[in-house]
Amino acid sequence: MGRNQRDPDRVVRGPGPKSRRQKDLAMPKNYDITEEQEPNKKISSRAKVRAKKRDLKKQLLTSLVEAKAEKKVGLTFANSILETFEEADKIEEEDEIKEEETLQLLSDDDSDDMPDDEFDLDDDDDHVEAEIRDRVIGEMRGEDHEDDSSDDEGEDGELPIERKTKQVLQKRSQLSKLVSGDCNDNSAQNLRSHAYLFDKSYSHRAVKENNIQTNIAETETFVLPSGQEIEKENTLLFKNHIHQRIKDVVAVLSDFGNKRDPERTRKDYVNVLRKDLCTYYSYNDFLLSKFMDMFPLTELIAFLEANEVNRPITIRTNTLKTKRRDLAQALISRGVNLDPLAKWTKVGLVVYESPVPIGATPEYLAGHYMIQGASSFVPVMALAPQPGERVLDMCAAPGGKTTYIAQLMKNSGFIFVNDINKARLKAVVGNMHRMGVSNSVISNYDARSFPTIMGNFSRVLLDAPCSGTGVISKDPSVKTSKDDSDITKCSHLQKELILAAIDSCNAQAQNGGYIVYCTCSVMVEENEEVVNYALKKRNVKLVQTGLEFGVEGFCKYRQYRFHPSLKQTRRFYPHSHNMDGFFVAKFKKFSNKIPSSDDVKEKQEVKETVTDESASDAADPSTSTDQDTEDKTSKKRPKESDDNPTPVKKAKTNKKKQGKKKSKISETKKEISEEKRREKKS
Amino acid sequence: MRPLTDEETKIMFEKLAKYIGEGIKDLIDRPDGVYCFRLHKERVYYVAEDIMLKATNVCRENLISLGVCFGKFTKTRKFRLHVTALDYLAPYSKYKVWVKPSAEQTFLYGNHIMKAGLGRITDNTPKYQGVVVYSMADVPLGFGVAAKSTAECRKSDPMTIIAFHQADVGEYLRNEDSLT
Repeated sequence: MGRNQRDPDRVVRGPGPKSRRQKDLAMPKNYDITEEQEPNKKISSRAKVRAKKRDLKKQLLTSLVEAKAEKKVGLTFANSILETFEEADKIEEEDEIKEEETLQLLSDDDSDDMPDDEFDLDDDDDHVEAEIRDRVIGEMRGEDHEDDSSDDEGEDGELPIERKTKQVLQKRSQLSKLVSGDCNDNSAQNLRSHAYLFDKSYSHRAVKENNIQTNIAETETFVLPSGQEIEKENTLLFKNHIHQRIKDVVAVLSDFGNKRDPERTRKDYVNVLRKDLCTYYSYNDFLLSKFMDMFPLTELIAFLEANEVNRPITIRTNTLKTKRRDLAQALISRGVNLDPLAKWTKVGLVVYESPVPIGATPEYLAGHYMIQGASSFVPVMALAPQPGERVLDMCAAPGGKTTYIAQLMKNSGFIFVNDINKARLKAVVGNMHRMGVSNSVISNYDARSFPTIMGNFSRVLLDAPCSGTGVISKDPSVKTSKDDSDITKCSHLQKELILAAIDSCNAQAQNGGYIVYCTCSVMVEENEEVVNYALKKRNVKLVQTGLEFGVEGFCKYRQYRFHPSLKQTRRFYPHSHNMDGFFVAKFKKFSNKIPSSDDVKEKQEVKETVTDESASDAADPSTSTDQDTEDKTSKKRPKESDDNPTPVKKAKTNKKKQGKKKSKISETKKEISEEKRREKKS
Repeated sequence: MRPLTDEETKIMFEKLAKYIGEGIKDLIDRPDGVYCFRLHKERVYYVAEDIMLKATNVCRENLISLGVCFGKFTKTRKFRLHVTALDYLAPYSKYKVWVKPSAEQTFLYGNHIMKAGLGRITDNTPKYQGVVVYSMADVPLGFGVAAKSTAECRKSDPMTIIAFHQADVGEYLRNEDSLT
């Protein structure tokens, strides 16, 4: 077909003078097949030796081929060694290393005739195959390997293949020495040695499997593991094992009468559970014990699980600049997937997913919304600041709650914003400006000094620094870093702060006199205990927070007994409300007077029996009447109010002299430290 | 905290007038209260008088901010307007520039506005006039200086700068530290 074929006069030309072409293969004389077929050819003695070696090699090759075919039975050394290598777990490392070394030696020698990339252990088979292939091809062509490679004769008249054979046999004997101590080429012997290796690798695993099997089999009567076994269980392999055990123990404890192991006490089960939970969720023992005291078992698991996951991102519309509907529309047009947060808030939105960074949209930068956790809405809603009031925010950074207060007040009135940390105050300034708040003064004081700087506020918000046990999902380091001293320190600081907050508030303020105390912690020492302390020390009472959701605070908890009005405080948990752990309490101040120690005593619970004391405030420093030890938390301390008439010096301030209040501050500090000392003694 | 001296007041008002012209009067004579400017640590704050009086309780080192910060005086006594003043410039601004959605991001990163990103511009904008920059949804994004008058804008090619960037709301994220 084609033009060239159609032309009959076409002259077929051969290759031109300039074309380079490989010469035709000219068979050298030695490759002629006909030679081998000559029976009467004389064979020299050397040739006879060579012939012998040839036969030996043939045998070896055929045996290797057979071995390859019948892989299961470990006939040849290389193959069987490879098998055990594959199947053994990497437990017996010494054996492995030895195996590796010897196998390396084996494979290295095959590199003489083979290309470089066939060094590998696993390519041992390929070596053999290649050799056989070559040989077969050679035979077809009429080649004679051995004779050809007579050019390559090394010392002792050895051909390369002969050398190889020698080495193979050597290695075989070495390996068998290693394993079984016999210098033997017997394949059966080798098989035995391999079996030994095989067994070693398998035995360990089998034991483990048996262990697990027995554990699973005994679900009816759950057997607690011994202490040693528990210590071994640190690897990832056992994570599922631990999880299963947690579930088992919880099941047993929930139906203890029936499912228990008669020899083990409840305490044993609880201890095992505690250790397991510590390992599984990575908590330190202290914190987990606290949680175990606080929550029943199923709730505990739910709480711990909830702490592993982040809460959804929530935003709060800035009503000073936009409406929730408009904001939602604008964000949806950017592709954000959002929904109204809950029925108790008209300004909250929850963001499910967002293709754009929610903290960098033009709407965010224009101050239309603020990214804030749902739990942070709650204290400001409880505070309910009205337009035109004077409000104090004592620990304001980063400013989410403060801006919410400002928006509820519609930029009227006056907000005093304070935080102790100067670096975090920059965030406050940024947020206040961005959201368009104009009625604020931002200061950098230690909040405990507050009534001395300025008082007479109608509402005070105290978002006290705490241990952060409610926001573990945001900061997992809390799991391991908190211990008893941290909680005590936080508690002490919170008590000082709450007294300062109460003192800064004016009970006579019209429609005011409210203090809201909140923390992002679930510990009773930081929440109910601080509130109870405030109730004793100052003329305040608890009132309804105005929130219809949340769990009531504790009135009694383990050894603590609190004032019954603590029912009105609210607790929030991540597992039940899908918000960060939180605590809110709202006080109303009914008198500006600071009660002395006598009055404090009178305000205590009715059921306590109290020893009589003189009603006068005359100094009587030596008296330190002890009460009945029914209520451990309300220890009496000696009268100090008149022991310290001189005001404590405060440098660098030009505040109005409130001498009485100054002494009261020093008094409160001393009161607190005295109480601490007494409590420690008890 | 102290009131501004006459010199400082003059410098500041001149700067403000570039953006809002006669609107300065509205800033001072407000119906809902008496407002004033105060200087604290070289920054100028715009605040209602009663709030300002409360702030006198606070020591100099501990006072961080009051009311709204408009800007600061540099070492050579020039007045630099910050983005925090945007809320008070925007309602009174006479000359505005609207930016297309595609060019919003680049302006928020601090770049100048090109002709290609220009959506609208008020008529008869003189050259080098202070302008407030809006997005197409009428959200104020920042302010700047017009590099070309309106007529010139129409004639220019897409890659020319038509407004110099001076301040934008992206600074709340980029330069949070410099706000205080």
